[in-house]
Amino acid sequence: MRAIRDDGDRAAFAALFAHFAPRVKAFLIKGGAEPAVAEDCAQDVLVTVWRKAAMYDPSRASVATWIFTIARNRRIDIARKERRPEPEDLGWGPEAEPEADDVLELQQESEKLGRAMAALPEKQRRLIEQAYFGDLSHREIADATGLPLGTIKSRIRLALDRLRHAMGS
Amino acid sequence: MGIKHHLTESLLMGYAAGTLPEAFSLVVATHVSMCDDCRARLEALESLGGAVLEAQGMEAAGISAMEAGALDAVLARLDATPEPRLARAASGTLPGPLRDYVGGDVEAVRWRPVGMGVKQAILPTSKSASARLLYIPAGAAMPDHGHRGMELTLVLQGAFTDEDDRFGPGDVEVADEELNHTPVADIGEDCICLAATDAPLRFNAWLPRLAQPFFKI
Ligand SMILES: [Zn+2]
Repeated sequence: MRAIRDDGDRAAFAALFAHFAPRVKAFLIKGGAEPAVAEDCAQDVLVTVWRKAAMYDPSRASVATWIFTIARNRRIDIARKERRPEPEDLGWGPEAEPEADDVLELQQESEKLGRAMAALPEKQRRLIEQAYFGDLSHREIADATGLPLGTIKSRIRLALDRLRHAMGS
Repeated sequence: MGIKHHLTESLLMGYAAGTLPEAFSLVVATHVSMCDDCRARLEALESLGGAVLEAQGMEAAGISAMEAGALDAVLARLDATPEPRLARAASGTLPGPLRDYVGGDVEAVRWRPVGMGVKQAILPTSKSASARLLYIPAGAAMPDHGHRGMELTLVLQGAFTDEDDRFGPGDVEVADEELNHTPVADIGEDCICLAATDAPLRFNAWLPRLAQPFFKI
C-alpha cells in the first residue's frame, strides 16, 4: 500500500488487484449481487483503493479490512441507493506516520483474527459471514454473539490514542 | 467530562456490516466522531469484515474470477497518482457527518417551532427510519412521544435527565418499545439532540407536553 500511496506504483497495484478483486467480487455475489454487477463493482472498489490510498492507516486496519469497508459502502450505494454517513476522518497527515511497531502488531492481530474465524464451528462462522454479506437485519444481528474479536480492539484503541497525541502536537 | 452512555454492540455491528437504516447510521457515525472508545469497537468489528473478505479466497474460484481484461480496464481508469490526503475539516458544534446533512454547522439548521420553545429540523434520510435535530430550551421537557420502534437520542449540546440517568454531550440513549420516560433538559443550557427512530412518524405525538421544569443539582 505504501508503494501505491507514495510512488503510484502500478505493479504493486496489479498484485493487490490479483489478490483482492476476486475476493470483493465473491463477497458481493454472496451478498446477493448479480455476477455482472459484482464484476463492475469490484472494479470500482479497486479504483477507489488507488484513489484513496493516502487515507489508509495501517496501524488501525489491515488492507483487507480497509478494502472491506470500501466494498461495503459500494454495496450500500448500489443495493439501497442510500447515503452512507461516515465518522469524521481521523488519519495520519503527510507530516507524521504511525509507528512501525504499531503497524506490525495490528497485522499480527489481524492474522490471529483470521485464524480464530477459521476455527469457529461451521454454523457460527456462517452466521458471521451472513451478517457481513449484508444478509441479516440489525435486529437479527442482535443475536450474533460470541464474535472472536480477541484483543484487536485494545490495539486499535492504543493506535487512536497515539494518533490523537500526534494531532494535538 | 467523559461520555458515559455508548452505542450497543448490535448497533455497531449493524453499522459495520452496512445494514442499519440511514438515520441510525447517522447517529452511529456522529457518536463515533465524538467517542474514540466506540471508534475502536467499530474498527474491531470492521476487522472481522476484513477477515470475512480475506477468507473468500478459500472458496472455489469459479464464480468470483474476474473477467479477462478487468485489470487493464481498471488500470486505464487510474489517475497518475493517488489523491493527496485532504486536510481535516475544522471542528464545530456539529460533528462532521451531521454537518454534511445540515449543509453547515448549527447556524445553518432550519428549525421549525413545534411549540413551548421546542424546535425541530427533520434531516433528509431514506424512509426506513427518520432522523431529526431537536432543540429543547433549558429546563423544558422533551416532546412527548411513545416509543413504538427503536429510538436513539444523541446529545450534541447541553444535557437531559430522565428518571434514572443524566445524558450529556456525546451520550446516546438507546430506547426500545418498553421504555416510557420523561426526559427534561438541564437548566444550565439549551439542549440540542439528534434523534432517530424506525417507528412511523406521528406528528401529533411530537407536541410538547406541559411539564414543570425539573430542577436537579
Ligand atoms: Zn461511545
